[in-house]
Amino acid sequence: MSLLHISEPGQSPEPHQRRLAVGIDLGTTHSLVAAVRSSAAECLPDAQGRVLLPSIVHYAAGGAVETGYEAHARAADDPANTIVSVKRFMGRGVADVAKYGALPYRFVDAPGMVAIETAAGLRSPVQVSAEILKALRARAEESLGAELFGAVVTVPAYFDDSQRQATKDAARIAGLNVLRLLNEPTAAAIAYGLDNASEGTFAVFDLGGGTFDLSVLRLTRGVFEVLSTSGDSALGGDDFDQAIAMHWRVTHGLADASGRDTRRLLAAARAVKERLSSAESADAQVTLSWGQQLHLGLARREFEEITAPLVQKALGPTRKALRDAGLAPAQVDGVVLVGGATRMPHLQRAVATFFGREPLVNLDPEQVVALGAAIQANALAGNRAAGEDWLLLDVIPLSLGLETMGGLVEKVIPRNSTIPVARAQEFTTFKDGQTAMAIHVVQGERELVSDCRSLARFELRGIPPMVAGAARIAVTFQVDADGLLSVSARENTTGVGASVVVKPSYGLTDDEVAAMLRSGFDHAQADRDARALAEQRVEAEGLVAALRAALAQDADLLGPDERAALEGGIASVDAARQGADHRALKSAVEALNRLSEPFAARRMDRSVSRALAGRRLDEVPVK
Amino acid sequence: MKPDFTRNHFELLGLPVSYAVDAAALDRAYRDLQGRVHPDRFAASGEAERRVAMQWATRANEAYRTLRNPIDRARYLLALKGYDTGEESNTAMPPDFLMQQMEWREAVAEGRGAHDPAALERLRAEIEDARAEMHALLARALGGDRNYDAGCSLVRKLRFLDRIEAEIDDALEAIAEGAGGAHPAATRKGHD
Repeated sequence: MSLLHISEPGQSPEPHQRRLAVGIDLGTTHSLVAAVRSSAAECLPDAQGRVLLPSIVHYAAGGAVETGYEAHARAADDPANTIVSVKRFMGRGVADVAKYGALPYRFVDAPGMVAIETAAGLRSPVQVSAEILKALRARAEESLGAELFGAVVTVPAYFDDSQRQATKDAARIAGLNVLRLLNEPTAAAIAYGLDNASEGTFAVFDLGGGTFDLSVLRLTRGVFEVLSTSGDSALGGDDFDQAIAMHWRVTHGLADASGRDTRRLLAAARAVKERLSSAESADAQVTLSWGQQLHLGLARREFEEITAPLVQKALGPTRKALRDAGLAPAQVDGVVLVGGATRMPHLQRAVATFFGREPLVNLDPEQVVALGAAIQANALAGNRAAGEDWLLLDVIPLSLGLETMGGLVEKVIPRNSTIPVARAQEFTTFKDGQTAMAIHVVQGERELVSDCRSLARFELRGIPPMVAGAARIAVTFQVDADGLLSVSARENTTGVGASVVVKPSYGLTDDEVAAMLRSGFDHAQADRDARALAEQRVEAEGLVAALRAALAQDADLLGPDERAALEGGIASVDAARQGADHRALKSAVEALNRLSEPFAARRMDRSVSRALAGRRLDEVPVK
Repeated sequence: MKPDFTRNHFELLGLPVSYAVDAAALDRAYRDLQGRVHPDRFAASGEAERRVAMQWATRANEAYRTLRNPIDRARYLLALKGYDTGEESNTAMPPDFLMQQMEWREAVAEGRGAHDPAALERLRAEIEDARAEMHALLARALGGDRNYDAGCSLVRKLRFLDRIEAEIDDALEAIAEGAGGAHPAATRKGHD
């Protein structure tokens, strides 16, 4: 037998075995997938050499689904069944979607999130997004030649909990193991910072198709620390198209154009907008549904005038993020532009004026997010090269709180807190003998509950009757490294507990996701079982390898009985791995995970203790 | 099993238990610790290790956040010494400070009403001066003097300065938004 590998906790136990991991930029208008190949990140092209996949899904009667360019070709003729910019509907209710004005879809007010009635049946935005992710996953597996270990999926930094949860659900339905949800501007900063070996304070100005983020980061010796983030999850390049289309509607008297004509006007508006980035004026021909030919033109000066309010709108969150970071515009060492919409000259000018410096544009603004996500995915999968030792510290964009008496919000975790973060807040009863308490979790900065987003409602029951004010109910918020919240509550004098993973108000339940997962596979039960078994085996192998490496290193942390139990658990997983029953393997893995928890805790404690001991030795003053 | 969290924030970061903190040493210690415990280091590990990593990284963030902010650090140090700053319950303030509070509040309201960002910025500078003075007093009270009662009183005053600065920020934000008001036709407000 060869020598045992001894690795640091968290590193791959078998460094020669690279795990394939990709970064996915799931964008409003188009999406990309990238991977680190031979030490450099690159976007993976389709068979025609195109890296962008239009974020468009077409549903035909009978259930056939097309994505990307094929779906795009349907948009003009079958707008109701061709879903574009679905990202805007993620985690959103009917009232939110109404703000987008006339859209050619048949929205259904499904519980939690809107759904769209298509020729192939009712589809949630989560399922539509999953189709885009499936297409990217297939592209990646084809070009990398193997199954993916996992993916980092990017989200706008300003996405709230519902939107993040919806994105993660979409990835699960697409069969992706989500290693991390990563904020788009942070992903861009990774790609940019590692590429340029930058140090200092940077602002990432990210105007995508439908979302705007401004993040302020401090880059120091391999640490990417987000100081603050702000944005608008309903502001993007699409709005500039809408503004042009609206202008034409007014100037050409097209107030009541149909869904199909709206789509054609928007397509023409986008083409004109893109040409105006380099030309002084541009025009387009549109044939309306009643046969009328329209010649539509726009000068750059006109375009800049009608979209000036949109540019101004992006500067509000920019100011707010700088204020939250405690910085003046002049204290920023560099401004990085991200997102296709930042190609517009008047936007670049406005950013340059605001910061008093020319923004950096040396990376492709459309690819940089996917590239950063790929670099992070590669590191998370355990493929870090020696010396590639950087750390990412991100924040939550919006405060999390609870409803208190009178419809007011009590903030529990303030915005821009570094994640992961947990905070507990104590509440008490207001009536004698009160035995239940309704807990309403909200997200946002406003003081009134009605102005914030409702994330979840749950009830803590079984509080023993006491006089008003005697109970001590601790509500704990935990936000994980994906920026996702879970909430638990406990009555501290008696220990009555309740816990909830926050998704009910604007999300899908686990059962709904499971149902979508099932319906997403067109294959027979046997195929599904084979796939589940393959996935479980990968997970089991990873777990056993990591535990063996940990035992080789830290077995002294276990008593003889504990060690025997752990070895027994490993043996059970090994035995189940040989079998064909994915359920048996799953429960063996779960049992081993539970069994290994004290060991994991002690190992981490030892790692921290050693670091502290080392530091004390280093810092003995030299006299 | 919960991780062993018996160390206090100072011990966790290998720093002496003291109000005076070397900011560079604090930053370095925090990054070293996160480098070891952050969930990103364990994304490919088993569920147990991922959970433990999240708990530790949460703890590291809490320690860093508390020690980096002088008021939070003072409050935390006082709690370790057995003193409660009583910011919610104890609103007693010396009369001269109460007078000063009222003047500042009025100045914020005036600056806001008159849409005068310059006046608000001047007020902020004045408050920053007062803050610097109080921080010096706090360092003395919690350092050589070991006067923890005085420390509690200073934390309460500084907490008030934080609030008034937040009011100034709000006022400035309101003025900036009023000035840069978006065109109604192009406004598509999501949520704030």
